[in-house]
Amino acid sequence: MSKYVGKSIKRTEDPRLIKGLAHYVDDVRLPDTLHVAFVRSIYAHARINAIDTTEAASTPGVVAVYTGKDIAEKVGPVPCAAALPDLKVPDYRVLATGKALFVGHPIAAVVATDRYVARDAADLISVDYEELPVVVDCEQAAQGGALVHESFGDNIAYRLTSGEGDIEAALKSADKIVSQKMVHQRLAPIAMEPRGVLARYFPGEEELTVWSSTQIPHLLRTQLAIMIGIPENKLRVITPEVGGGFGSKLNVYAEEALLGWISIQLGKPAKWIESRRENVQATIHGRAQVGTVEVGCKNDGTITGLRYNVVADLGAYHQLLTPAIPTLTGLMLSGAYKIPAIQMNVTGVFTNKMSTDAYRGAGRPEATYVVERVMDIVAAELKMDPVEVRRKNFPKADEFPFHTATGLEYDSGDYEAALAKALNLSGYQALRAEQAKARSEGKLMGIGMSSYVEICALGPSQAMPAGGWESATVRIEPTGKVTVMTGASPHGQGQETSFAQIAADELGVDLNDVTVIHGDTAIVQYGIGTFGSRATAVGGTAVFVAIQKLKEKAGKIAAHIMQCDAANVSFEAGKYSRQAASAAAAGTSEPSVPVGEAPAGALPEPQTNGRTSLTIQEIALAAHIAKELPPDTEPGLSATYFFEPKNFTFPFGTHICVVEIDKDTGDIKIVKYVAVDDCGKVINPMLVDGQVHGGIVQSIGQALYEEVVYDDQGQLVTGELMDYALPKASQLPWFETDRTETPSPVNPLGVKGVGEAGTIGATPAIVNAVVDALSPYGVKHLDMPVRPEKVWQIIKS
Amino acid sequence: MKQAISINVNGVDHAAEVEPRLLLVHYLRDVLGLTGTHVGCETSICGACTILLDGQAVKSCTMLAVQANGSNVTTIEGLATNGDLHPVQEGFWEKHGLQCGYCTPGMIIAASQIIDRNPNPSREQIRHGLDGNLCRCTGYQHIVEAVEYAARKASA
Repeated sequence: MSKYVGKSIKRTEDPRLIKGLAHYVDDVRLPDTLHVAFVRSIYAHARINAIDTTEAASTPGVVAVYTGKDIAEKVGPVPCAAALPDLKVPDYRVLATGKALFVGHPIAAVVATDRYVARDAADLISVDYEELPVVVDCEQAAQGGALVHESFGDNIAYRLTSGEGDIEAALKSADKIVSQKMVHQRLAPIAMEPRGVLARYFPGEEELTVWSSTQIPHLLRTQLAIMIGIPENKLRVITPEVGGGFGSKLNVYAEEALLGWISIQLGKPAKWIESRRENVQATIHGRAQVGTVEVGCKNDGTITGLRYNVVADLGAYHQLLTPAIPTLTGLMLSGAYKIPAIQMNVTGVFTNKMSTDAYRGAGRPEATYVVERVMDIVAAELKMDPVEVRRKNFPKADEFPFHTATGLEYDSGDYEAALAKALNLSGYQALRAEQAKARSEGKLMGIGMSSYVEICALGPSQAMPAGGWESATVRIEPTGKVTVMTGASPHGQGQETSFAQIAADELGVDLNDVTVIHGDTAIVQYGIGTFGSRATAVGGTAVFVAIQKLKEKAGKIAAHIMQCDAANVSFEAGKYSRQAASAAAAGTSEPSVPVGEAPAGALPEPQTNGRTSLTIQEIALAAHIAKELPPDTEPGLSATYFFEPKNFTFPFGTHICVVEIDKDTGDIKIVKYVAVDDCGKVINPMLVDGQVHGGIVQSIGQALYEEVVYDDQGQLVTGELMDYALPKASQLPWFETDRTETPSPVNPLGVKGVGEAGTIGATPAIVNAVVDALSPYGVKHLDMPVRPEKVWQIIKS
Repeated sequence: MKQAISINVNGVDHAAEVEPRLLLVHYLRDVLGLTGTHVGCETSICGACTILLDGQAVKSCTMLAVQANGSNVTTIEGLATNGDLHPVQEGFWEKHGLQCGYCTPGMIIAASQIIDRNPNPSREQIRHGLDGNLCRCTGYQHIVEAVEYAARKASA
């Protein structure tokens, strides 16, 4: 049955991309487009006493200049969809009014006929700032000091305790308690395509079209309709090609609403393309937690309880999901282990910095890092092999569904199998022998591992702020071509291909007959979007079920045409056939409706007369011509399905990393990297490998290179790619990947999701390897990014 | 004060009067409408804007259009010949060397330069040759395989 699913099919989206013919937002060209440039705060905290726009406004080519005062009451605030008890939500206006609260905070917008003129004019705007005390460090912010929002009285946005079990008793029952402070540094997602918005208002039709580089076209449409005050059915959001998101485009930004509003004011298309500098300043950041973990263990390595007290640096405002991200950390603190009692106490604090929000992994990498670092710390404390500590605490394969003390039901898993495969693939025992030899020769070699679990396929609507389902419409056109419309919004993951694989197999048609459409709210039924490794598990399932509905109808039509009971019709390889027994009974006869003479230019009539088998594509034609339909059957052949998952899915795996450290320079070289991932059933192995590779490299970035740095005045020090260090090709090892396959019972495809596996699983494996390498110096923990200077200082001290 | 320039792009001569400050990438994208060349960082780090200038891979975001006066430029749109994909383009498709595709045009141009200079590059040489181009999606491994594929194909 499966001709495509499970195979490494080349991507159908690639030809346009490799020829340079794809259209990202800035590639969409409309006549008379106006260009927008922003004036952004150069201070982390300042009162705006006055803004002089005179010179800018009189520059030739400038059409309009807007400040916060002009629009404060006209455009609604930037929304936060996260609901938490007693959450403080600041009023986040699309342009600063009165005060600027972070470097990059938009203050004014200049609209001009040319992007160079807009930029020039923005530089002519003079802002009279009065600097105010800033708070940059999140732990200090939690203590008090300077206030980000005076009216709140402190910098605490919320406090939340989560987890189950008696943590005090659990820690008391332990033979040993270990404790470690850990920093999850602030990261910048850095999609290679910065954000961009093009808005076009049609004054006659009173309709607004917004092209935006976003992961959530429909949710964006709803939010923009509210912000701008335009009926949602007069607003169309199109996501053309999107050049990466990693969570940074799972949001609703001030600029998206502003551009729509500006186009309405001026009656012309308006475009803004984010510069990289703006991108680092004013697109959401990720991670940014400082926490202390306490864990109790028995002398045999059994974990009795885990407590994590953490301060989460939220930045100055809440973007769409800002306060919710640390709650995902709390959910995943059980990792791949049976831990009877878990407690997380999180304090979310405001700081004079850009908001944090979902960056690939979104709160789960922090949890995995805590748990997987702790496993190594416990192993070191008990002088056990890190493998044995992990094994000691794994739930067995027959213990699933497995309830955690964080309140989750892990769907399926076999953690030992993935671990065993990774150990085998890496030659773990030989590596330990090699390490012993290297140490005896005075060399620094480290082996690190991580047995992770992630929570994916977000998720049941009960657990999501704006619905956790996904939608699909599958239609067979009169000519037999198949159109799949998904509410997911892929932006590099390759679902134009993988969804076509599912559809082609289920319908028994050629892959090239299937087109997958997404990212246009005027064409595609309402959907949720692509994030949280959900597109295939939730959106792919919607496609699958919609196809089953469609086939049910097609089967009835087939039976009617072939004059037999639907029960006597079988479907295989794209063809409905009347079963032999029933064919003999029914005989052959004329179709129930006589077919008249076709006028020139009419659709070709399906030749159904006397047939005992029909392709589903022929049935599609018959369904549209509608002359031979069973009673009470709607013409056409399409089906829509909204899939609501009953649970999340829980992919898992084991990664093993080997590093060598240069004693003279502190340089860390990853010499071996093995990843065994289990993402359930695999639709396209090549795409899964691609997701895993990319995720691991973002993990390597966090472990070794990347960090958003603000100085003590809140100035962004790493404001360009010259300073923000993304991993390069030559810094990386060759990844050896393999898989185990434990199907998820949550959806009929058995898929779990893989988009974030690498970023969730890999970071601790790398840091564990570095710590292991430096253990002869008594090193028990190092904070990220572990840069050579940090290592060099340890070696030299 | 605009300046007259003449640049051959993908085999076609183009003459224009441009502001001296106009970046080459904006000339290609906004004046000629060749939007396959992307802007990713404006600081010569990411390489999304890489083109061939008289056969040399250069970053068109930090070069002025007037500096390219009299030159031959090849952009991603001009890489295929007679509708046949360049071996590097083919390699990227075969080996899943792209995900979101934004870095891809610059990556492909840089990769074509690598195999122009060294028809049989090692993995290390390929990685070194790609250091001026950043990809946030693929982790580079499939890109390295794509370049290996292209090198084999080109020398076959």
